[in-house]
Amino acid sequence: MDSMHRRATTSIESRTVSDQLPNGLKVVVQEVHTVPLVSVWCWYRVGSADEGPGLTGASHWVEHMNFKGTVNIPREQMKGIVERFGGMWNGYTWIDQTTYVETAGRDALDQMLFLEAERMAYGLYEPAECESERTVIISELQGGENDPDQLLDTEVTATAFRAHPYGHPTIGWLEDLGAMTRDDLYDYYRRFYIPNNATLVVVGDVDATDVMKRAEKHFAAIPEGAMPQRIRAIEPEQLGERRVIIEREGTTGYVKAVFRAPAASEPDFFPMLVLDAVLTGAKGVNLWSSFRGVPPQRKARLYTALVERGLASTVSGAILPTVQPYLYTLSFTAIDGVSLADVERAALDEIERIQRTGVEPSEVERARHQLRARLVFDNDSVTNIAHQLGYFETVAGPRFLPSLQRRINEVTLEQIWDVARRRLTSAHRTVGWFRPTSRS
Amino acid sequence: MVPSDEPIVMSSSLAAGLSPVRHTLSNGATAIVQESSATPAVSINATFLAGSFCDPDGLPGVADLTARLVDRGTARKSAAAIAEELDKRGVALRVGTTRHRMIFSSTCLAEDFDDVLELIVEVARWAAFPEAELVKRRAESITVLRQNEDNPSVRAGEALSELLYGPVHPYGRPAKGTVATLERIDRDALVKFHADEIRPAVLTAVVVGDVDAAKTIDRVCELLADWNGGPERPIVVPPPAVPAVRRVRQIPMPGKSQTDIAYGFTAIRRLDPRYHAYWVLNNILGQFGLGGRLADNIRERQGMAYYAFSEFNANVGESPLVVRAGVDPKNVDRTIEAIDAEVRALGLQGPTDAEMDESRSYLIGSIPRLLETNESIAAFLQDCEQFDLGLDYDRRLAGLLNAVTIDEVRAAAAEILHPEHAAVAVAGPETRGGE
Repeated sequence: MDSMHRRATTSIESRTVSDQLPNGLKVVVQEVHTVPLVSVWCWYRVGSADEGPGLTGASHWVEHMNFKGTVNIPREQMKGIVERFGGMWNGYTWIDQTTYVETAGRDALDQMLFLEAERMAYGLYEPAECESERTVIISELQGGENDPDQLLDTEVTATAFRAHPYGHPTIGWLEDLGAMTRDDLYDYYRRFYIPNNATLVVVGDVDATDVMKRAEKHFAAIPEGAMPQRIRAIEPEQLGERRVIIEREGTTGYVKAVFRAPAASEPDFFPMLVLDAVLTGAKGVNLWSSFRGVPPQRKARLYTALVERGLASTVSGAILPTVQPYLYTLSFTAIDGVSLADVERAALDEIERIQRTGVEPSEVERARHQLRARLVFDNDSVTNIAHQLGYFETVAGPRFLPSLQRRINEVTLEQIWDVARRRLTSAHRTVGWFRPTSRS
Repeated sequence: MVPSDEPIVMSSSLAAGLSPVRHTLSNGATAIVQESSATPAVSINATFLAGSFCDPDGLPGVADLTARLVDRGTARKSAAAIAEELDKRGVALRVGTTRHRMIFSSTCLAEDFDDVLELIVEVARWAAFPEAELVKRRAESITVLRQNEDNPSVRAGEALSELLYGPVHPYGRPAKGTVATLERIDRDALVKFHADEIRPAVLTAVVVGDVDAAKTIDRVCELLADWNGGPERPIVVPPPAVPAVRRVRQIPMPGKSQTDIAYGFTAIRRLDPRYHAYWVLNNILGQFGLGGRLADNIRERQGMAYYAFSEFNANVGESPLVVRAGVDPKNVDRTIEAIDAEVRALGLQGPTDAEMDESRSYLIGSIPRLLETNESIAAFLQDCEQFDLGLDYDRRLAGLLNAVTIDEVRAAAAEILHPEHAAVAVAGPETRGGE
């Protein structure tokens, strides 16, 4: 078996084993025998950043279609493959990645790998199914529009980017969702769903050697493909503040301030991560874990400046590891009766204060402890461990996660002050307001 | 392939089922500890049977506002001091309420466990409810209510509860209060609620994680032994006040893109012997796969909704079985017709043998996933304690589900699934809910 693989590595820090099949599929396995479960994730390096004009939303729509039957799994039999073992299955798409997950009893491992291999190569994309899913996705989009905070996020993100496809929403623009064809989707699927553009992650009550054998059984016959051409847009430097104001029926005001963030590969990423913890409290350091629960933030700068002063009911910050420079987003919910200008002014005053005087050593110590705790909490289940491994492998490479804690610990006061002064400037920010109007 | 480092091997016996240690103090407080060394972390879930059910008549929202303030200052520690203790350990303390519970929950590093446990006991026992904090937290609560007024999903769900139970029933009235009631709640109301309801007799403290069970039980006893309070009182939930006839409420929300539908019936209590049959029934109707028969029809065959499912969370009193769907406003009538059709068909014909087999297999197989994290184990053990299910419930559950017969599910379906008895709430830009 060893001779069939191009390389094999072991990461002692994370107790993972990784290998690569001859067709380029990377397989990452971690044995965790705490519960009789196994979590399988199949990650593809394709997301809304790969969508050109007219194709916005294609990555996400393709993800939906991969629940709609394959050559060897008729559509009506897709449901039940994992459920018979008590399993859950799902998928998500974001700017850099599309991923599919199944977590079930360990006896379901073979079925889960079979399902993922079918998805990778043998999706049906029946025209009628594509049409049916078009309206499902439009319903998903409209559900998101019901949330004014999400609506504002879409507009602010689109305003912050002029050239890069990170600017359009992952779900796509409604007009493109109405116009795309089955062939658009199928072509997109065939371009990106190839083993050498994917990583299979298996974590749970398994034997790593056995997993590698099974992965080979299910995936080895899928041929390597030509690596897809990527969109090469580089966002031009922002020269001045941009603003967007949405006025719609509603009850509550929202404010967002976004700044250009470093990519995960840039040295600035780590001081920005600590700075965000100082400003809004530490979250998990990947997309999924960043949403889990409320961060410890009662002593965070923006919480004390806005929530404790009765200006906002919530404060949040988000900086996530991405392949290319994305956004650092600050979000505020205005207290009923407080003006959006007051909320914005208080937030920017606090940022300017940090730009003038930097942060305190005690704040950095607190932020480091918070981030250390979050990295532990994110390993609380086989599903979350597998997500974390796959996320970082896909957007930041295999060395990111093992070095993450060290890189956080090495961040200095000077580096934090420096990124605050260079990156959180007025010229680099986009501000958005959702100003509610009365419902007649 | 290079061999891996040593795999993570559990030191406790979670793979074979839970093995919690339980102890009840003389004041009625109960401590339950489950060891798990999967990660160097600990989850604490301290639950008092004191949710919105305990709100004073005519003043809904007291329990929820109490929860918002309870950790914002004690007799010995200011809100700022508590904030510092939490934040420096990377800990978020969540205090929230349901109809019957006030839940203090937190996950911390094992090295911080003793301090965090002590802090949770401190705020639960000696909350001071400073006036200045009341002003801030009340404003936050009002903002949340205003956000909910703008949320079709929340509006439809709250309207359904009121249709099913009536506006004054503890399951029908607004759990977070109204703007008017929040403005009337003063510090005295919170102090009284805390004194009357936050008592050791209704406390179960569950700890799950990288701890020593015996030492943890001892520590909980030390912290709680001198706390006195009234005995546990029986919880009597009145039957639904509203007759079971078709009721429809439409909530116009101009400017929204999608319409939310909440459709439901009142069903059984958690301790009803038919509970597991209802659980299987709900799975067939609106859970299995992407959402059972409902999603097969509304999402998969008709492409009308991103989500269509049912849920059944049985509680102390007769609890609702609820169908939810979010649809394009022009599809509201068709969606309600589809829900009616699926509800009627399952009610008249019951499930198929194949549906019984796949739902039973799914529910039994999913038991380990119910216990995948320390937090989910703690929540599971709280249910075991509140409903006296036994600490071996995780091991008995498969047998209980396996014993459910098709006749029992058919009987449950025939009893409850009558579209002519349904309550239907529709919130969105154009409300064309039917009748």
